[in-house]
Amino acid sequence: MNGVIKLSNIYVNYGKQNVLENINFQVNELDFIGIIGPNGAGKSTLLKTLLGLITPKSGQISIMNYPVSQGRKYIGYVPQVLEFDRAFPILVEDVVRMGRLSKSHLFKSYNRKDEEIVTHCLEQVGMIKLRNRPIGELSGGERQRVYIARALASQPSILLLDEPTANIDSKIQNNIYELLKELNEYITILLISHDLAAISTYVKTIACLNRTLHYHQDKIITSQMIQETYQCPIDLIAHGIPHRILPEHNS
Amino acid sequence: MIEVLQLEFMQNAIAAGILVSIACGIIGTFVVVNRIVFISGGIAHSAYGGIGLGYFLGFNPILGAMIFAVFSGLGMGLVEKYTKERTDTIIGTMWAIGMGIGIILIDLTKGYKANLMSYLFGSILAVPRSDLLIMLILDVIIIIMIWLFYKELLAISFDPIFATTRNIPVNGLYLMLISAIALTIVMVMQVVGLIMVIALLTIPPAVANQFVGEIKQMMVLSSILGVIFILIGLGLSYTFNLTSGATIIVVSGFAYFLSLGIKSRFR
Repeated sequence: MNGVIKLSNIYVNYGKQNVLENINFQVNELDFIGIIGPNGAGKSTLLKTLLGLITPKSGQISIMNYPVSQGRKYIGYVPQVLEFDRAFPILVEDVVRMGRLSKSHLFKSYNRKDEEIVTHCLEQVGMIKLRNRPIGELSGGERQRVYIARALASQPSILLLDEPTANIDSKIQNNIYELLKELNEYITILLISHDLAAISTYVKTIACLNRTLHYHQDKIITSQMIQETYQCPIDLIAHGIPHRILPEHNS
Repeated sequence: MIEVLQLEFMQNAIAAGILVSIACGIIGTFVVVNRIVFISGGIAHSAYGGIGLGYFLGFNPILGAMIFAVFSGLGMGLVEKYTKERTDTIIGTMWAIGMGIGIILIDLTKGYKANLMSYLFGSILAVPRSDLLIMLILDVIIIIMIWLFYKELLAISFDPIFATTRNIPVNGLYLMLISAIALTIVMVMQVVGLIMVIALLTIPPAVANQFVGEIKQMMVLSSILGVIFILIGLGLSYTFNLTSGATIIVVSGFAYFLSLGIKSRFR
């Protein structure tokens, strides 16, 4: 198996408090992993660590066998759609063009190849018709698609999504997951969410985070994992087979 | 009114108004979309320390103001980007210290302190030809900077975290932007004074932002609006014998609230 992201013995702390403890985690090529955890579990810290915005106190991270500062260019980052200045004067296509930025693009303007990639990515997420609209006029689901297009424009090996379905109604959530499922045919996907239900039938495997990370490379969450993660018993309600997250009980 | 335009000081004032509006339109746009109006206020006031230093040591106070503005701006930017201190507290402190240093240095300076008020309240009618040249050079520098780094500056303003993941030098670009803001502030200071700089830097872009959906258009429109506000203010101040800087600001402020009204009517 080809590990595209490898974390070993990662510790991150704010002051004396460990936020992440002994994280050992490997993401393999074409994985589709959902990382879940309650508020305060260290999800955003893990995300910032993966993006090189936080340096861990100890431990090793590699992305595509590079250290984070170089490897992160292979990650297409899709932020939450929540915090946003609607008055910011920018067109949809200009947001997607940002995916083409890189060190080697400094002092150069976007060329024809960049424009072709931008157009292609907008088509891929079904937002081509809105390319000349100010981003502030879009709905949450549309903006999420634009951010996915922006991430795709950098032609990443890995998509990293932060709460991709927060504040988006459930019908559109499914559309976004359908899109991610298609993309997963050639891109590794890692998504982070506090919402168990949001990690629906689409992901291949699930990891649970609460300061420490439980991951067994499969999609089965045991009630023990949930208890360790959420630190209280939670009834897992499954809506029929497609949404089943606990194995069927024989007794 | 026509013969007024033939007076050299009036021609200089109009030229200064146009040059300042270009810088304000471009740089002010970034101030507004980055929400760093407070940093800009801090830079403007701490620049007074440089004016005091210029008086005290006997060199051009504008040069002193530029040095103080750039260094205080960089200081605030560094605190914001690299420490976990409360940025607004630091800005407020530097704001006051800069002012205080300026006042003390001027106290310590012997002799006649001419046109000190002009730095506080502006004196567009007293801008000399030599300062016009400095303004022109600054405009050229700002335009070149934007031409070279437009797409990166747009990215760090819209989403600095995404820009960081693309490995572009986010903090370096931000500090460059802050330096450009500092130099623009010193330039605008000569027109409306340091107390009212913020208004001329933020009002034209804020008005433009109501009507356009793209940063490039916002920069152009706010430059044009700046020229209009300054010319109307200048005309009114000449006709009714009012302080020019204050009149320009009141005209701009009135236009801003008018634009808010127009915008809400058509929504």
